[in-house]
Amino acid sequence: MSLEIHDISKAFGGFRALDGVRLTIETGSLFGIIGPNGAGKSTLFSVVSGFARADEGQIRLDGQSLDSLSPPARARAGMVRTFQVPREFRHLTVRENLMAAAPKQTGESLLGLFFRPGRVREEEGAIAERVNQTIRFLKLSAVADQPSGKLSGGQKKLLELGRALMVEPRLILLDEPFAGVNPVLIGEIMERITELNTRGIGFAIIEHDLEALTRLVPQLAVMDRGKVLAQGAPQAVLDDPLVREAYLGGVS
Amino acid sequence: MEAYFIAIGIIALIYVILSLGLTLQYGLTGLINFGHVGFFAIGAYTSALLALKGVPLVFSFAAAAALAGLAAWPLGLVSLRLRDDYFAIVTLGFSEVVRIVITSERWLTNGVQGLPGIPRLYEGLGGSAAQLAVLVTVLAVTLVGAWIIRRIAGSPFGRLIEAIRDNEEAVQALGKDPARFKVQVLVVGAALAGIAGAFYAHYITYIVPDQFIPLVTFYVWMAIIMGGVGRVSGAIVGTAILMLFLEGSRFLRDIVPGVSEVDMASVRIGAVGLLLVLFIMYRPQGLMGDYTKR
Repeated sequence: MSLEIHDISKAFGGFRALDGVRLTIETGSLFGIIGPNGAGKSTLFSVVSGFARADEGQIRLDGQSLDSLSPPARARAGMVRTFQVPREFRHLTVRENLMAAAPKQTGESLLGLFFRPGRVREEEGAIAERVNQTIRFLKLSAVADQPSGKLSGGQKKLLELGRALMVEPRLILLDEPFAGVNPVLIGEIMERITELNTRGIGFAIIEHDLEALTRLVPQLAVMDRGKVLAQGAPQAVLDDPLVREAYLGGVS
Repeated sequence: MEAYFIAIGIIALIYVILSLGLTLQYGLTGLINFGHVGFFAIGAYTSALLALKGVPLVFSFAAAAALAGLAAWPLGLVSLRLRDDYFAIVTLGFSEVVRIVITSERWLTNGVQGLPGIPRLYEGLGGSAAQLAVLVTVLAVTLVGAWIIRRIAGSPFGRLIEAIRDNEEAVQALGKDPARFKVQVLVVGAALAGIAGAFYAHYITYIVPDQFIPLVTFYVWMAIIMGGVGRVSGAIVGTAILMLFLEGSRFLRDIVPGVSEVDMASVRIGAVGLLLVLFIMYRPQGLMGDYTKR
């Protein structure tokens, strides 16, 4: 069971943001992706999640080709992404954000809403219960009924993680989950990710915070200028001379 | 005087129905529809033409709603590819196309001469009883419309369209297709506008293309901005304020000397414009508060 990224290339005008990227990420694993600014990490997530079209290459999730699927269809296939800059539904409360993310709601169809009100009520009850569990798990109870636009940066990252969980995916793509988050909350987010992983949810994580990431993931890949330079256990990868040159600027 | 108030009431309620559609489309979903009057026109002409051919009004009203809703379908598909401001321009263009088609297709619509002698509702009752019956009917339809929009707003569907308004890409990332929702919202709002148009045609009994200029759309926009964007109560209160000023300024002529009948029309529009400016400066969230003040 894995996400297979096969020879993906993507150019913006003359700039090759991705240049034949090849990666295999086990869906149940914790996998890190690092690299300097402009290495193509976020572009890779955009292409994998369908928000940007690849010029070349194929993407498969557990054997199923994703190439012709829209972003929502890819999410429904079991792979949900978050965004580098959190995209909360800012006028909705934390609770409503999470409820909106629950899949397959009868009340999201106008026919269902007006002709099957009993079923809609029943589902709302069940969704509310799952949302409560998620809020407790992410320790967002204190802000559950606040408009999400008023949350701190770290809380928004947690909310995005919570929304992704509501979709019940097998793999979550996290784009810089620790960026702009205070150190206490970073520890909190790392704990939640580890715990979710023991429940079988896989994570692919883009991160600048090298130290936090190497504590979290057993496997990582280093990208630079649209290519994967190295892949493997954190220490081995970081000792790779190519990586030291690109990522650490050759400083030993 | 009583007849005058009934007349104002009917027109005001027709505007409330229009505002309800825009509340759903813009207030909840964030779709900037600058072509609302196009659906109003389609509803008015559809019901008028059918009624003039002898179709019972129940069916002509249903056809008005259906055809206006159907006309929104292609616009819904366009909305998937266009961002806010571009979509606004397309809708504005759409309503002008509707007006120009109505003006040009004389074999069907009688062009600029318009359609006279459109049958009234409750013609059998005659006089003021018929007027009152029309008022009650429009009121009942308005209340049903308001109930439907409120029900949608408080539902999972409503939650999702508000999510679309706040961040469409995040909705996609969660496995839901904003397109499906936007199309439905446009169709429902357009169908409401179509019904409003049918009421208008059968009340005024004489329609010409010039009654369906973009100013009508912008009156509806003013109403929801003054009342409070994204709230049913805002649509109702905002329309009341709009009507109070549009109609109330009629009486200015009795107070202010030296203003001719012709000048008065401009003074009225000026008064509403000033009111809108004051609202945006001092109460941008509208009288009833908008969706940002929860």
